[in-house]
Amino acid sequence: MDMKRAYYEDVELFKSGTILFWTISLMVGLLTIPLLASNYHLYLLNLIMVHIILAVGLNILVGSTGQISLGHAGFFAIGAYATVLLMTKLGLPFFPAIIIAAFISAFFGFILGLPALRLEGPYLTIATLAFGLAIMHIIGHTELFGGRSGLSAPPLDVGIPKLGWSLVLKSDISKYYLILFFTIVMVWGAINILKTKVGRAFVAIRDSDIAAEVIGINLTIYKTLSFAVSAFYAGIAGGLFAFVLGFFDPVTFNMLLSIYFLVMIVVGGLGSVMGSITGAAFITYLMYALFKNVREVPYVGDFLVTISQRWLSITGMDNLSAIALGLVMIGIMLFEPMGIFGAWIRIKKYWKTWPF
Amino acid sequence: MGYLSIENLSISFGGLKAVDNISFSVEKNEIFSIIGPNGSGKTTIFNLISGIYHPNEGAVILEGENLVGKTPDRIAKRGIARTFQNIELFANATVMDNLMLGRHIFMKTGIFGGAFMWGKRSQAAREEILHREKVEQIIDFLELQSVRDQFVGGLAYGKRKLVEVGRALALEPKVMLLDEPSAGMNTEEKDDLTIWIKDIREDYNVTILLIEHDMNMIMGISDRVFAMSQGQKIVLGPPQEVQRHPEVIKAYLGEEGVV
Repeated sequence: MDMKRAYYEDVELFKSGTILFWTISLMVGLLTIPLLASNYHLYLLNLIMVHIILAVGLNILVGSTGQISLGHAGFFAIGAYATVLLMTKLGLPFFPAIIIAAFISAFFGFILGLPALRLEGPYLTIATLAFGLAIMHIIGHTELFGGRSGLSAPPLDVGIPKLGWSLVLKSDISKYYLILFFTIVMVWGAINILKTKVGRAFVAIRDSDIAAEVIGINLTIYKTLSFAVSAFYAGIAGGLFAFVLGFFDPVTFNMLLSIYFLVMIVVGGLGSVMGSITGAAFITYLMYALFKNVREVPYVGDFLVTISQRWLSITGMDNLSAIALGLVMIGIMLFEPMGIFGAWIRIKKYWKTWPF
Repeated sequence: MGYLSIENLSISFGGLKAVDNISFSVEKNEIFSIIGPNGSGKTTIFNLISGIYHPNEGAVILEGENLVGKTPDRIAKRGIARTFQNIELFANATVMDNLMLGRHIFMKTGIFGGAFMWGKRSQAAREEILHREKVEQIIDFLELQSVRDQFVGGLAYGKRKLVEVGRALALEPKVMLLDEPSAGMNTEEKDDLTIWIKDIREDYNVTILLIEHDMNMIMGISDRVFAMSQGQKIVLGPPQEVQRHPEVIKAYLGEEGVV
């Protein structure tokens, strides 16, 4: 039973032995997976983790604070470009570069948070949408940022090359461990933020901004802070994304990507860290791997691909992912508006009292 | 000059004078009730005091400091807490979190301190524990133990009203504005609430401004009653006197009213 004896048990990270056990099992699993997985699967896992970082950050803004953003591809791009440029143009080592890049992204988040003080609902959506598009075009028209032809990521050196201490991560497996480290730290941070003063203030603003104000929460500070935190997460994710892809251009960070990010947290479950994680993993799988896997399904695989190419597409290209995403979105909205995580909670509750 | 003074307060919405040149002053530790028919401007006065509206004219003075022009969060930090007529709680948070939000102004943990909370002895965790203890006292006081970890959105109306009082109390205010706290409660709950309001005044040293429609409750606990109608003052005095005042009866029952 979850009998509590001390106030600290309310805020503890591992609330029970069971949770601690599963967390450790998960960690061991995550550390051993790369030894078994192919390069392709590692690449997919790396993308999933990058998207998890971003989704966790986006969920703080959308799920917990109740603000909306259709411009997160913009912050993602700022993170990627700033990290790479700080390393190639200024010669900074990787770790300071990605942290500074995330702070630059957070600064832009703060700027975008200012109109959010006056705008709500559809108006804020349009403002953030415009921000994402503007970032894409500014990058595309600036020579320093590589223009339309894009940028290549430098070798991923996690040491300090200037001091002769150099450690280049070349393989997908070494990148996997680096990204895993960032993912764990960022997820842990998000869980803690939501449990302490700042996270509670975010939730207060979402549920009733008038009541939040009369209990002493400064809306200006906390709304812009929420944008900044969310953009910080997107910045870190972008910095890692640059090295997963190796090469990127402005079109990589198009508007559709922002929409996919939003889909991740809605499908996963708004306002929950676990929801962001499941949603990001699920949608990333649909985005990048469904097509390949469907083809391998015996008997019907080829048939499905042919159908999608012949009759459901105007370009003759495969678009199973887009169709599947659309169906999943409609299904989730119809049957489980709280997302995958909401469904999980329901099932858990059901089994707790099962025979009764 | 009292503890909390309202001086010549006026606000109009378009052509309607919602509050018209209202003045009164409340003594420290007083229970001061405001009564009047619907639409007479009672809640508007609360909104003016707590900074949600800014008056066209006049002043709200707490311990010699004018609060007019300050934002609601600053006024909360000056020591004014309130509840709402239609309940403004954080519905998707637990009772505990709602009350913890009442401690917001006393907490110092920033975003980084919170994010990197590690172990029982970190500054963030120690602060959490300290304030959880304070909140637990309020939970004890208002007998909310049974709903402690439940989401506020699913609670009965009377309980939610009580959680809102608890949240206001968590701010350790000097002045508490209670806007129809007994609405939607049954007789038993109303009796409990009456006792709690008296206790809040005695134990927590709070000055209370009360808007109520329940005449029994007002007669039972008010030190003074302020009656108003259509934004204007009718009479201010001890409860029994106000109850018998012909203008008050007229405002409630119309011209030919007989009690």
